[in-house]
Formats: sequence, C-alpha cells, structure tokens
Amino acid sequence: MKNIIKSFRNDSDVASFVGRLLRTGVFTASAVALLGGIIYLVRHGSEVPDYRIFKGAPDELRHLPGIFKGVWSFSGSAIIQLGVVVLLATPILRIFFSAVAFAIEKDYLYVLITLIVLGIIIFGMLGGLGG
Amino acid sequence: MSILLFTLILLAGAFVAGLLGSLTGLGGGVVLIPLLTLVFDVDIRYAIGSALVASIATSSGSAAAYIKEGITNIRIGMFLEIATTTGAIIGALIAIYTATHIVAIIFGIVLLFSAMMSMRKKNEVAETEEKSLLARRLKLNGSYPSKEGIVEYKVQRVAGGYALMTLAGVISGLLGIGSGALKVLAMDTVMRVPFKVSTTTSNFMIGVTAAASAVVYLQRGYIDPGLAMPVVIGVLGGAFAGSRILVGASTKKLRILFSIVISFLALEMIYNGLMGNL
Repeated sequence: MKNIIKSFRNDSDVASFVGRLLRTGVFTASAVALLGGIIYLVRHGSEVPDYRIFKGAPDELRHLPGIFKGVWSFSGSAIIQLGVVVLLATPILRIFFSAVAFAIEKDYLYVLITLIVLGIIIFGMLGGLGG
Repeated sequence: MSILLFTLILLAGAFVAGLLGSLTGLGGGVVLIPLLTLVFDVDIRYAIGSALVASIATSSGSAAAYIKEGITNIRIGMFLEIATTTGAIIGALIAIYTATHIVAIIFGIVLLFSAMMSMRKKNEVAETEEKSLLARRLKLNGSYPSKEGIVEYKVQRVAGGYALMTLAGVISGLLGIGSGALKVLAMDTVMRVPFKVSTTTSNFMIGVTAAASAVVYLQRGYIDPGLAMPVVIGVLGGAFAGSRILVGASTKKLRILFSIVISFLALEMIYNGLMGNL
C-alpha cells in the first residue's frame, strides 16, 4: 500500500494508474469469461437454451463462495461468473483508489464523499437486498 | 436451436449493439435489451442482468481513455455518484415489486426519450459566472483543455442536478441500462456543465452506478453465465471496433438513423408490454 501511495506523485500519475486498472480489469474479466465460455460450450453446446421463463441463475452461482467452489471443480459457468465478478470489482476498486488519490491531495471532503459511495455499494452487497 | 448456435448469434448481435452504442454514445444496453427480449425471446429479467454487465464493461473500457485526456470532472462524478448509487439500489429494489410488462413499458418510454435526447442540440457554452455557493463549497467548478486553450466553467443548480441524478440511478437500477441520456440531461441542461465534460463524466459514472445495482442482481440470479459471456465479449468487441471507426467519421447521419431504429424498438417494447407479452 505504501508503495502505491509513493508512486502517486501527482494527479496525472493517479489518472494513468486508474486508466491501467480499468483496462486490466476489463481485459482480465473478458479473458476469464471467454475461457469459462469455451469449457461451458464444449460441455453444454449441444443442449437447448432456455431463457424464455425466468428461473434465475443456479443458487451456487449467485454468491462468491459458490462461485469459487465451482471454479475449483472447473465448471465452465462458474468460471464465466468469476469473470463477471472481476468485471463488477473493477469500478468498485476504482472508487477505492479515488479515495486514496484524494487522501494524497489532502482533500478530505472528497475522501469522505468517495467513502460514502463505497459504503452504499457495500450496503448493496451485504444488506441482504438480493432476496 | 442449440446453445452453441444461440451463443454465436448472440455474440454477433451483441457486437452490433456495442458498435452502434459506441458510435452514437448511447451505450450498448439500449439495443441489447430489445434484442434479447424481442428477437431471442429471453425473459426481461435475464436481459436486464446481461445489459448491466455489458454497461460496466463498456464504461470501464472507454473511461480509461477519457480520464487521460483530462476532460472528465472526477469531483462532479464522485459527488453525483452518491445520488446515482443510492438511486440504483432503490431501482433494484423497486424491480422486485414491479411486474415485467410494466418494466417493458417504462423501458420503452426511456428509450424514446434517449432517442430524442441524442438528436437535441448540445450545450457547448461554458458558464463563467459563479452563481452556486454549493458548487464552490464542493469544488465542482473546473476546466478542460480544448483547441482554443483551457476552458473554465462554473457549475449551476447543484441540488436540481443531484435530484435528477437520483432519478437516473433509479432508472438504471430498474432497467439495467446506463441511463446516460438522463445523466447528461442533469449535468448539461440543469447544471450547465459543458457538453464534452458532461458526456465523459457521465461515462465515468455509468460503470459505478451499474455495479451498485449489479451486486444486488447477481444475488438475485438475474446474471446468467450463458448469456453474460457472449454479451460481454460481443459488446466489448463492438465498442472497441466503434472507437476505431469513430476517429474522423461523421456520426450525424448515423445518429439520426440510430434514433429512428431505437424509437421503433421502443414502440415495439411498449406495445408488447401493453399486450402483456413481455
């Protein structure tokens, strides 16, 4: 963490870091989803798709522990879902690093604002709203 | 139809959605949801989940380029994200209690509005008079580089912009789209932020807004891997190709054509919603 803070000497360093973070996140997410997709298609490609009536994704693919368990057993759909999780984590991580950047600028009002945004998203994750 | 064939056709469709979305600035979700529901006969809840994931992918992909140019106003984006993320979670909650055909009708109306907004004349004049104390307190006023040098601007009516942003968040959480049109309306028309700044800042915000409701939708099973995979890869590929074409291309005719197509899709969604088909 200290090294990251040290490497942000000015605004443009932070901007280029955030830019790299976003690109890396999106690239990693699509590579993981593609890998999972190939496994999924090899195993289930000849089956018939069924999205006409909403049943929802399988229970184990709705939460991190289930997704990790699926990835461990090399399930294609769990690996795709891991890619989705990486994709969701990308903007959330970006908010976190914006808070760090504002702290370096000693702009504490914006550290607070950024942490409020982060708090709202964490509330969405853990607040039991998923029903 | 087998899953393999379905995936390949969807991949191609998502590519076109991403391409059109990036060329016109409306985002991929606007085409994806009608495509999935009207053409592929997918339940609108699955379509919303996939479109949200696609919005995050394209927003993050293009935001990387915009931040570098120094046009995006990070403070405006961050402050208004309190409004959009709160709204997005409220929208995701409202969705539980809303019948799908009502969601389809609301989607159609928002789509019509987005098409109209994309044809509208943009606010390119920077407001230089300081009228809002709140904007100064929150350090929202900024500047951006242009061909004529640095342009300074002062932000107006912060409270009004905040209120409209909350609505944009609710719509985004309810429908699974970035609702970029509403975000731009709040910043450009209400807060008088220059067009270039409001569009790039809106793009910066879309990923975060979408992520706020997507974490709720993931737990609710709206995000199905079989749909998410072709949609994300197709839309990203299309958006990437679009950004290559965009350099130097005139998009005015394309924008008009796209608005007509979107209006048609919107009416189709409203009709199907009213008939209870979706």
